[in-house]
Amino acid sequence: MNINDKAFAGNRGDKVRSDCYVELELKHSGGLEILIKSKVMAMFGSEIEQLVKQFADFYNIKNATILMEDSGALPFVQAARLEAAYKSLTSDSRPFIFKTPTQQNLATSYEKSRISRLYLPGNYPSLMINAGLHQPDGIILDLEDAVAPAKKFEASFLVRNALLWLDFYGAEKMVRINQVPRGLDDLEHIVGYGVNLILVPKCESADQILLVNQQIDKLKKERNSLQEIWLMPIIESALGVVKAYEIATSAENIVAMAIGLEDYTADLGTRRTEDGKESFFARSQVVNACRAAGIQPIDSVFSDVNDMEGLARNVQNSKALGFDGMGCIHPRQIKVIHENFAPEIAEIEKAKKIVNAFIEASEKGLGVVSLGSKMIDAPVVKRAQKVIDQALSIGLIEADWRKEFCN
Amino acid sequence: MSTKYIGEMVKNAAGRFVPVEVNGEQQIPFQGVGKYRPSGRRYGPPLVSCADFPADGNKLVSNLKEALIKAGLKDGMTISTHHHFRNGDLIANQIFDIAHELGVKNLRWFPSASFPCHEPLIKYLEDGTINRIEGSMNGALGRFASEGRMKGVGVLRSHGGRYQAVQDGEVQIDIAVIAAPTADAFGNANGVDGAAACGLLGFALADSQFAHKVIVVTDNLVPFPCIPWQIQGNYVDFTVKVDKVGDPEKIVSGTTAVTKSPDRLLIAELTAQFCEEAELIYDGFSYQAGAGGTSLSIGIYFDEILKRKNWKARFVRAGSNQYPVKMLEEGRVDYILDGQTFDLEGVRSMRENPNHVNTSPFTSYNYHGKGNFASMVDVVILGATEVDVNFNANVVTHSDGVLLHGIGGWQNCLFGKTVILPVPLFRDRIPVIIDEVTTLCGPGELIDVIVTERGIAINPRRTDLLEKLKDSKLPIKTIEQLKEEAEAICGKPAKPEFEDEVIAIVKWVDGTVLDSIRKVKK
Repeated sequence: MNINDKAFAGNRGDKVRSDCYVELELKHSGGLEILIKSKVMAMFGSEIEQLVKQFADFYNIKNATILMEDSGALPFVQAARLEAAYKSLTSDSRPFIFKTPTQQNLATSYEKSRISRLYLPGNYPSLMINAGLHQPDGIILDLEDAVAPAKKFEASFLVRNALLWLDFYGAEKMVRINQVPRGLDDLEHIVGYGVNLILVPKCESADQILLVNQQIDKLKKERNSLQEIWLMPIIESALGVVKAYEIATSAENIVAMAIGLEDYTADLGTRRTEDGKESFFARSQVVNACRAAGIQPIDSVFSDVNDMEGLARNVQNSKALGFDGMGCIHPRQIKVIHENFAPEIAEIEKAKKIVNAFIEASEKGLGVVSLGSKMIDAPVVKRAQKVIDQALSIGLIEADWRKEFCN
Repeated sequence: MSTKYIGEMVKNAAGRFVPVEVNGEQQIPFQGVGKYRPSGRRYGPPLVSCADFPADGNKLVSNLKEALIKAGLKDGMTISTHHHFRNGDLIANQIFDIAHELGVKNLRWFPSASFPCHEPLIKYLEDGTINRIEGSMNGALGRFASEGRMKGVGVLRSHGGRYQAVQDGEVQIDIAVIAAPTADAFGNANGVDGAAACGLLGFALADSQFAHKVIVVTDNLVPFPCIPWQIQGNYVDFTVKVDKVGDPEKIVSGTTAVTKSPDRLLIAELTAQFCEEAELIYDGFSYQAGAGGTSLSIGIYFDEILKRKNWKARFVRAGSNQYPVKMLEEGRVDYILDGQTFDLEGVRSMRENPNHVNTSPFTSYNYHGKGNFASMVDVVILGATEVDVNFNANVVTHSDGVLLHGIGGWQNCLFGKTVILPVPLFRDRIPVIIDEVTTLCGPGELIDVIVTERGIAINPRRTDLLEKLKDSKLPIKTIEQLKEEAEAICGKPAKPEFEDEVIAIVKWVDGTVLDSIRKVKK
């Protein structure tokens, strides 16, 4: 028997939760043998067996031994593990869409607020299930640094299934692919499956962005997908910093650009400090490039998840430098990031007047918005609306804030 | 001989089928909350004379074995122990080692709770030294019972129900063994001093008052008087000095740690927000929150609200730990009424601060008393393994039907003014909110609010809360909506399959039988 006829995917062990482990051995005869061990056997044993059978049917697997060791995984996780095991043995490219995707492919806008984006390791289902409840602006399913090299293959199926079946509770669906060129292969698993935004790590040239977009366009066409996909390049090297403006302006669908300071400081031959002097130039350069390109500048993550005061200082500093948002690696950071990026009172008051004037003008059918003797441009209204949205989202103002303008 | 004979089953007022006779004793089916009235008089142990005890107060005997022999240990007796030492208890196992060595059989073990450290007792349940456990059965012991391997039928009672059963004479304790961190030779004992300090000894109060023979075991023997005397030597027959009475690291933790789980923190935050919006928190309010991850965080959020409003709680009912202690010392609560102590700060505070009060199941929970303070608590935070669409809850079995937890003070606390269960909507793939609980431990009429990470359900009986929260931005949903949401994510769970055999019963706080737990199908 060929050793390549046996494959594994997923995780098992006492500490594993909401995940499963699959062992698949394809055979030439002997029929189908299904072994299921599950800690939710009494409640879901037959459903699990049904899914395994459906999988075997789907790929027309007639002779095989399939072991599923389940630690309370949801069906989309089980399906991903089964598919990953099978795909590592065959060249069959059909995705195992085991039921109708529960999530609509919701579009997000170019200027959507992206203050917080929560990184989740792409091969860790238990962290994914409730992530959206913590209300980050975006959730990043990470295929890059947060996934061990040996697990990258199976992670891509899990990430795809999460895009299809996991409720993000309104957060923008983001995926960080691997560095180009490897990252181009990742696109196969995410384009057309509901991803809103793709993070392109260690970006150093406009060419990398073009390659990503070419592949996205090709896949969208193949899959008849009309969904807009935004890009957020991440600058993580000295060269990337130098080329920041070139990258920021390399494509129409770039909505934001981030800086990744762990890799950047390593590239400089220094290390991250709390006051961040070593990255002042790079951060300013990225902010400047983004503003020049009309996109959102996004700061690096703050890595000490226990230090909320340090995080707050870091966010205030970030806001002062001109950043619009920041990555986070733990849901507890989200609130602190939002609170500290929050617009100040004077900013909100001004925004209220502008937005109110705009609404009044539209109600009266006026094409031109003016406040006092000043004409207001559309981008100013847009920015003010963003301030209002932000203030609303963290409860700084009430939904009926316009009441004060009624008399 | 097996005593596990189950005859007639009747449907009780909660619609559950329960046996009318268990372990040879007649049972009263649950009649509804507050419906059953006891009659007769309290149970009393035999009268004694102090003339039969040493005038110098020295009741020391050489070891536990001698004490048990002198106490008359024999077949069929009821032996009680207590869980002040939690998983660090070293005495209960020794008692049954001695019983086994003496060839004594068919004992009823009546602990206030059992812990994983008691797993070695399985061999005595197997060989007939122990007939059954009447008390919580956790972990391996629970699994053993659920597989139908225990000879007698288990009886699960709440802490208050245990006091009630002893006081009413429903359970007559032949020998109570009270492991104490500090004691004198007369038998006065406390939990605040000594290497095994655990805070208080409230769970042993009933046993000291009503058992025929009482043995106090300590590793910290002090000259008379042992002060404070949480257990009074006048109830005690024999005292024993041992090298080590408990394993300190497993008794209380150095410090209780707040959960870092973002999901639990979210549930805690929603719970605190709910309480604030519903105006359940006010200057002079009281609450109960345990030392579990979510409860602990809720207590901290409550404290933040008190700080922000410049209010003070009148009392905190605990499970004490460093957080309520901090509130007490910083003046944001007048009293801690403590049922058990979870960390060293709690022990220290109880030792030093007269406003940190040791309580017993008599003062806090006993349903057959002239009141108890459980019903005076404004906000009660409890857990559950399952909750059903009628707000009934389960704390003893898991959804696969296996007995894994004790009732503790849970049933007793249901009498609080507003009872809130903060629970995840599902654990791994197992929905917590379902059609019907596997085992009924608490009737839904006593459970007011379920807080999950995906929404909050208010019991329709609480029209006052529904009204107060009607314009709230909190995710208020119906319990059916929550159940459907769980099923949409997890799938609809199949019900566990059981054999006919009843392996344990769940008592209500008044001694009536609320539900039966059956043997799980292999």
